Amino acid sequence: MSAPNKSYDPVEVADLSPEAIDAAVATALAAIAAASDLDSLKEARLAHSGDRSPLALANREIGALPPAAKAEAGKRVGEARGQVRAALEQRQVDLERERDERVLIDEAVDVTLPYARRPVGARHPLTTIQDRIADVFVAMGWEIAEGPEVEAEWHNFDALNIGPDHPARTMQDTFFVGTEDSGVVLRTHTSPVQIRSMLDRPLPIYVVCPGRVFRTDELDATHTPVFHQVEGLVVDEGITMADLKGTLDHFATAMFGPDARTRLRPSYFPFTEPSAELDLWFPGAKGGPRWIEWGGCGMVNPRVLDACGIDSARYSGFAFGMGIERTLMFRHDVTDMRDMVEGDVRFTLAFGQEV
Amino acid sequence: MRIPLSWLSEYVDIPADETPESIGERLVSVGLELEEILHIGNDNSGPIVVGHVLSIEELTEFKKPIRFCRVAVGAEHGHPDTPGERGIICGARNFAEGDLVVVALPGTVLTGGFAIASRETYGHISDGMICSERELGLGDEHSGIIVLAPGAAEVGADAYPVVGLGEVVLDVSVTPDMGFCLSMRGVARELAHQFGTQFRDPGTELVELPAPSDGEPHECAVEALDACDVFTLRTIVDFDPSAPSPIWMKRRLILSGMRPVSLAVDVTNYVMLETGQPLHAFDRGKLRGPIVVRHARSGESMETLDHVERELHPEDLLITDDRGGIGIAGIMGGLETEVDDNTTSIALEAAHFGSRGIARSSRRHKLSSEASRRYERGVDYMLAPYASARAAALLLAHGGGSYIGMNGVEAPHAPVRIPISADLPGRTAGTPIDRPTVVDRLRAVGATIRDDQAEPLLVEPPTWRPDLTDPADLVEEVLRLGGYDAIPSTLPKAPVGFGLTESQRARRRVGRALASAGYVEALSYPFVGDAEFDALNIPADDPRRNVLLLANPISDEQPGMRSTLLPGLVNTLRRNAGRGTTDIAVFEMGAVVHLRDGQAPRGVTDPPRPDVSGRPSDADLTTLESLLPDQPLHVGVALAGSRTPTGWWGAASESSWADAVEAARIVADAVGAELTVRSGATPAPWHPGRCAELVVDDVIVGYAGELSPRACDEAGLPRRTCAMELNLDVVIAHAQGVVTARGLSTFPVAKEDVALVVDASVPAQDVQNALAAGAGPLLESVRLFDVYSGDQVQAGKKSLAFALRFRAPDRTLNVEEVTAARTAAVEAAQTTFGAVLRS
Repeated sequence: MSAPNKSYDPVEVADLSPEAIDAAVATALAAIAAASDLDSLKEARLAHSGDRSPLALANREIGALPPAAKAEAGKRVGEARGQVRAALEQRQVDLERERDERVLIDEAVDVTLPYARRPVGARHPLTTIQDRIADVFVAMGWEIAEGPEVEAEWHNFDALNIGPDHPARTMQDTFFVGTEDSGVVLRTHTSPVQIRSMLDRPLPIYVVCPGRVFRTDELDATHTPVFHQVEGLVVDEGITMADLKGTLDHFATAMFGPDARTRLRPSYFPFTEPSAELDLWFPGAKGGPRWIEWGGCGMVNPRVLDACGIDSARYSGFAFGMGIERTLMFRHDVTDMRDMVEGDVRFTLAFGQEV
Repeated sequence: MRIPLSWLSEYVDIPADETPESIGERLVSVGLELEEILHIGNDNSGPIVVGHVLSIEELTEFKKPIRFCRVAVGAEHGHPDTPGERGIICGARNFAEGDLVVVALPGTVLTGGFAIASRETYGHISDGMICSERELGLGDEHSGIIVLAPGAAEVGADAYPVVGLGEVVLDVSVTPDMGFCLSMRGVARELAHQFGTQFRDPGTELVELPAPSDGEPHECAVEALDACDVFTLRTIVDFDPSAPSPIWMKRRLILSGMRPVSLAVDVTNYVMLETGQPLHAFDRGKLRGPIVVRHARSGESMETLDHVERELHPEDLLITDDRGGIGIAGIMGGLETEVDDNTTSIALEAAHFGSRGIARSSRRHKLSSEASRRYERGVDYMLAPYASARAAALLLAHGGGSYIGMNGVEAPHAPVRIPISADLPGRTAGTPIDRPTVVDRLRAVGATIRDDQAEPLLVEPPTWRPDLTDPADLVEEVLRLGGYDAIPSTLPKAPVGFGLTESQRARRRVGRALASAGYVEALSYPFVGDAEFDALNIPADDPRRNVLLLANPISDEQPGMRSTLLPGLVNTLRRNAGRGTTDIAVFEMGAVVHLRDGQAPRGVTDPPRPDVSGRPSDADLTTLESLLPDQPLHVGVALAGSRTPTGWWGAASESSWADAVEAARIVADAVGAELTVRSGATPAPWHPGRCAELVVDDVIVGYAGELSPRACDEAGLPRRTCAMELNLDVVIAHAQGVVTARGLSTFPVAKEDVALVVDASVPAQDVQNALAAGAGPLLESVRLFDVYSGDQVQAGKKSLAFALRFRAPDRTLNVEEVTAARTAAVEAAQTTFGAVLRS
């Protein structure tokens, strides 16, 4: 045996015997296996795979061996070092996985903590149901018409064939501006928007008019002086009462499901002739499906077409209207009108973002 | 209108398989509204029979006079000891020996669960009860028992049908176009064509009256033939004022909801209910001179039957005699000529008055009567002589007397013929209806068509249908009689539309954006008054208090239309706080009303009323528009309490002026308009130091911030309540429209932060604007990220820290370029505001 020629720094001569190498490997593998975390594995790596580790030192000795012994010792040490390196890598992977898994556990939170940090708001159901209604008709190609709430009496009454002596034109029903002779009222229905549509729009006309209307009723569980209506108006050539019926049936289905349908009963409105009351077969009614009074409708009275300068010999039309509050009340089982008008946020929030 | 079915069946045969419900459904299908089906006295059970009072023994030893009566009740109903008779104690005194009465025998249970049994009382065995109307549930009459007319029924007969127990009454409401259905006659006609059975018309059958006796019938004349085209007056003398109305007539009046009064009055009401013709009976002895129908003279007045002295208007139509008004035509008679207990001579009026005049007078005097309800809707102008003959016959039959004859006036009536294409009903319905069907149905409602094959058909509407004036009215009759259920269901082919308008879409976005930001929509009433403005400290001369006023507000406290959303928002906060919701953010979107220049709060008094026979002229339409105030759409928010609650994440954040300003930004963003926020003059109710002016394209659109402490206190809100209101129409009008895309530079960004010390009063936005202006085109964005005042800066100063980002579209900026731009920005701020770069 010989040693490197370094008299000033005598180096321990490693033992290259198979027994010694096996022992070193065994020690290393034991240490690696014993490493319980990445830090102790790092120490084990230094101790058993670092430059000063027994196997590294043994490797250095190989150069000093006679050529005949080099191959065999080299192979033996190489295999040993490979074995240790593989064990280190495997242990590294295992410990990293353990660490990553532990992080996921350590970082766990109580996800049931209240999450309502930023309170949500909502639009009023009277608004969103008007949007829903508008969407049904826009999908059919109709448009949404609008008009003023403070309205000329001429638009609200005269043009609609409601003569000067009609009982609706009294202070018992109608809010008059200023005096009873001012010619200006708070519109009592959305029908003046129909008049405006007929005066302003090119023919044919297919519009719905949702909006706020006014009657001199005191607020109670079933009345409010300020409420909403939606009306529909079609003026075209060859429009029939069957078209009215079909439109209402479609509208009913869109709002109340495939089993909904409508029924007409003869009635009287000055601005339609023939006129009808509109009943809805409401499949979702509380207590079981039943007929519900929904609104009024009819064929536009030719006198109304005349007042708007539309040739009533060539054009015919239909119109219908219903109360939005009433619709909301039976569709959603609202039992007190006051809940809809008082602005209590609890009422509105319960309906979510859309009805 | 209450319709006793037994009465109705005098004029129409009701098929045996029809029930009250099915009859009601048929009435609904022809256009009447069924309110209720009444079963009268239906909860009596047991033996109630017709009795004959044989003897009356007055018992005087008790506190009140009592009678012990022997009553014949029929062979099978008598007491075992007294075959065919019973002894009955009775407290009523309105009957005599020989009268027919109604007896509830032991075993009867009367309405309300009152069981009748044989019992000892007042020293006698009372073996049943002689009944009053109220005891049988027939009406309110309880001052005496029911006395049947002699011969009204067999002794011992079942009394149920005799007095109308178990009668069914349909209560229907009648639309204004179906005035003829305010009578048995009209309803029976409708049912006859529904049932396909015979109709017996009491309105075209002239009752035979005895030949007139000697004497002159009372004279009458009409000066206002335009308002009264038919007037008839029949005279009866030697009438017995004490004669009672027959029980069947009283029964029918009661079932129809009327109160029997006296024979003369009952007969006029009865015939009105039967035929639809209002009638009036004058006491002829009280008349002075002939009756003249004329318009009132100014200054005239008269006292009507309801004891009200009424000032008359020259448009009121009067029935007069030499003294003046003795009746407001078609509405109510006068007190002075009323029939009474001594009336022996009757002048019976039946006339036809124009519906419009009656409606106006009825409204003017706030006086509605059974007569005026019928005249307003239109009465058959041929009916008067028929109805008055019917009434005269009833008066003579039940009150005796002699018929003297009739005087009358009639204006010529031009026949009405409505031309209608025979195919119009089918074209309107959307399904063919052949000519014979059209003709048959029009005839069924009473119209006359002389030539079935004419085109167009010439239709003479029946005299009782003044509502039928246009072809469309006839179409309704044809479709109504066929039933609306026969109309098919088709969809019209609408042309392609343009969907929602930009404004409609913008409003939806605004609502959704505010809801997403935590605001809850509330819809408040638009009525305001001084209290609301006072509470908000809005001074008396503020233009917002110059509101449009209503003639008839719901409350005198709130006579005006809102010019601002703030009162409603404030009210909503307060109501919610009262119900325990104190951390709250609400919004409202709605129209407000602003008077235009020159408009008065009470409008004009002489508005144009364009004719409706054709389109008004553009000038007329413009004039009509000029009557209306501006009605811009506003949006507002109000918030109080915590915006974010205290939680595990930390302490609550209180809602503040900044939330209100942010709400304005949310609205502007949702619309797509560029909003500028600046400090400026702030009107009430805002906190002068904590309110921002909201500006779009140099137009002030609204304000946002904190309400002044005093306004909060007076409005009953917590201090630091915040709000925002802006004119949404203006914001929407300034939306940027179609956005032009910008090319994106992919070169690196250069970031520079600067902190500038300025006077505390300098608005940060102004400093930022100066920086942006000075930095030049390389500046990509500038953002204020910190505001500091305190030990590190001089008193009265503040430090504003801005993050600047520079980028060029075509190259990477070098250090020199960035430094130069940054320096230029800072210099601009220095020059404008004396800003000093904080080291």
